[in-house]
Amino acid sequence: MDNAGTAVAMRAVHKAFDGVEVLRDVDFEVARGEVHALAGGNGAGKSTLMKILQGVYSMDSGSIEIDGLPVRIGSIQEARAAGIGMVFQEFSLVPSLTVAQNIFLADEPRGRSGLISDREAVRRARELFAEMEVAVDPKAVVADLGTAYWQLTEIAKALSRNARTLIMDEPTASLARHETAALFDLVGRLKKRGISIIYISHRMDEIYQIADRITILRDGRHLLTEALTDVTPEQIVEGIVGKKIESQLTYRERGHDPSGEPLLEARHLRSGDRVNDVSFRLHPGEIIGLAGLMGSGRTELARALFGIDKLTGGDLYVRGRKVSIGNPQQAVSHGLALIPEDRRAQGLVLDHSVRDNLLLPLLDRTTKGPFLSARAGRRVSSELISRFGVKATHPQRPVRLLSGGNQQKVVLAKWLGTEPDVLILDEPTAGVDIGTKSEILEMIRSLADAGKGIILISSEYPELLAVSDRILVLRDGTVTDDVPRRDIADEESLQLAVQGVHS
Amino acid sequence: MSESSSSAAVDAGGAGSISLRRLLRDVDWRRYIIYIAFVVVFVFFAVLLGDQGFLSQNNLLNILRQTATITVIAVGMTYVIACAEIDLSVGSVAGLSSVCCAMAISQWGLVPGILAGLAVGLGVGTINGGLVSLLGIPSFLVTLGMLGIAAGVAQWITDSAPQPILDDTFNLIFGGGNFGPVPGLIMWGAVFVAVGAVVLNKTKFGRQVLATGGNRTAAEFTGIKTRRIKFQVLLLSATVASVAGMLYAGRLQSGRFQWGAGDELSAIAAVILGGTSLFGGSGAVVGTMFGALLIGLINNGLILAGLDSSQQQVVRGIIIILAVALARKK
Repeated sequence: MDNAGTAVAMRAVHKAFDGVEVLRDVDFEVARGEVHALAGGNGAGKSTLMKILQGVYSMDSGSIEIDGLPVRIGSIQEARAAGIGMVFQEFSLVPSLTVAQNIFLADEPRGRSGLISDREAVRRARELFAEMEVAVDPKAVVADLGTAYWQLTEIAKALSRNARTLIMDEPTASLARHETAALFDLVGRLKKRGISIIYISHRMDEIYQIADRITILRDGRHLLTEALTDVTPEQIVEGIVGKKIESQLTYRERGHDPSGEPLLEARHLRSGDRVNDVSFRLHPGEIIGLAGLMGSGRTELARALFGIDKLTGGDLYVRGRKVSIGNPQQAVSHGLALIPEDRRAQGLVLDHSVRDNLLLPLLDRTTKGPFLSARAGRRVSSELISRFGVKATHPQRPVRLLSGGNQQKVVLAKWLGTEPDVLILDEPTAGVDIGTKSEILEMIRSLADAGKGIILISSEYPELLAVSDRILVLRDGTVTDDVPRRDIADEESLQLAVQGVHS
Repeated sequence: MSESSSSAAVDAGGAGSISLRRLLRDVDWRRYIIYIAFVVVFVFFAVLLGDQGFLSQNNLLNILRQTATITVIAVGMTYVIACAEIDLSVGSVAGLSSVCCAMAISQWGLVPGILAGLAVGLGVGTINGGLVSLLGIPSFLVTLGMLGIAAGVAQWITDSAPQPILDDTFNLIFGGGNFGPVPGLIMWGAVFVAVGAVVLNKTKFGRQVLATGGNRTAAEFTGIKTRRIKFQVLLLSATVASVAGMLYAGRLQSGRFQWGAGDELSAIAAVILGGTSLFGGSGAVVGTMFGALLIGLINNGLILAGLDSSQQQVVRGIIIILAVALARKK
């Protein structure tokens, strides 16, 4: 790898925000044609380092070399000219434009008349996709496509600007398993063409699958750079977290009493065209894991249970009493809570403070007469902050400034403050680091131990297998399997069940 | 962004110079820009126009009196904008309310007159709110249509003629009278600002308005009835505007379709100057009041300075853009 030449070298990078050092003396090197994983906990400095490379932030001191030549990257344009391309985690596409129009946005090919030529853009987009060996229709409107195609469009956009180094931030977070496989194939092909990839991910299995080397940052310092053949997953986790953590990802059998009355019972639920005849019972202290591919109806089932989507058939029983839940307010009043899939869009008011976000479902409990009591609000919110270990410098500052893991804790704390009986969690650990992830899983276990019923939706099988007492496999909106956890041998057999292959 | 804040936690025990700098940084100057602008403009006029009587008690009370109606309308508008909606119909609602109130007084007397004025606000607000929250039509379009409808109805039913109000009690309560040494109009403005500020900052309703404006999906998922909130803010805004219309009627002792025309734009400017986000999610009623006062101050100062109305418009526009530019987020 070394003799292939260095694509990007960042040396002795320092960066401070308002006097607080975020990066100290960080070295980072990526070889030509290498997939280099960049890891670190929330706040380790990964995103700051990458934003410097993309020209979003300027470093206080340090140097950057591209292909051995010193460059100055002071703006996004300069980074692009230096061959740095970014595949954004939150996609930077204009949904109402076509794929081709997005790829050449602000860089549109012009015809002889000097006007933009859409035909030329489509032709060049086709070439790009042919090189990438993927099938995407350049004339399709982006809004009509799934997220996997958005990502391919992003990659094509970067390549169209002759990017030689691609930064991918959690690229598989919103992809189904087969889409992830397709993405990894593409990464392999890009590698062969000498394109380097900086791969940011919390998913250990993926890092081992596609990365050549890994660099770990901790607290703004460079901790180690190693070939993945030379490090164990335990060493990586320890490096990220800074201490050995007991693995929360091993299954521990928990007891609960399935004989009594179920907290929540669903009989033949139907909603839209994604939930077809779903039945289950959830007992106090039980954790049900919902497994299934994207589009299998997992999220739609959660939405229907919480009253966001209308039920078109079937009955719901809460503690044995038949209820009708037509909107989230009724769901809340029956003791349900939903931790939504997308915390930024659905779970938080990002510009509001941590405290205001926490208190939003609890306004009734913090009033004095007709007025909100600031003192009660402070008390309740600081209690929640300490109980759920939210690391917030100041509860008055906007929640947008917190790291992803801490934002997720705020969403959890906000809901658990309402003392729900049934908690529905949709991908609660998406995009959070391994340390926070194990805290969240432990939290789920202890909530169940306290007698709450939990429905956990997750695309990560190890996580589902670690905490669930029972796993429901959904396919095309119906429950195809309903099995106690102890009857599932390993990840492999769960995956087969999800894919619909039965031995 | 997130990197910096969480690392800040790590460095919490840093050197004294750092914590002092952080203290200064935590004071967000942009949030107070309206107050700073207000003081700067005030001092500027005081120095420049002190001789022309700018500082006389009479002139200062005049500024307050002239801005009181806009302030009242702008308090309602603060809720609408904080909720990420807009209400363009407030000026016309004020006009229609003044007309209906005046006509009802001459027909049936004082109390039915006041009720008629309020009914205009409640009626228009229900229609605005219903169309926005039930049918999902953008409030910009609904209230743009209503702006024309209300103004048209007011002109139609009066045949464009002013409707005199001869009821002295009405004229006294709604703007004509004094409260001790303080003009009644100023009291009206003060009461609306005080109640508006407390309700927005200190009640469940206010918090839910802000949450709905900040992220409607998250608010909905949190169990807030966001449709109802949207309905309520539009109802509130129109009702408040109808009170403002009666304040016009009382001060000018007549109802007329032109009263309030164009006030929607002054009110929106006051709200935005006051620090409420045009995209919803934050709102400051006291800021709105200062925004309205700043506009009133500028109007008054420019007249005293002898600028003609064309020049006044230009200078006013420049000051508003400047203040909003300084107050914007990084």
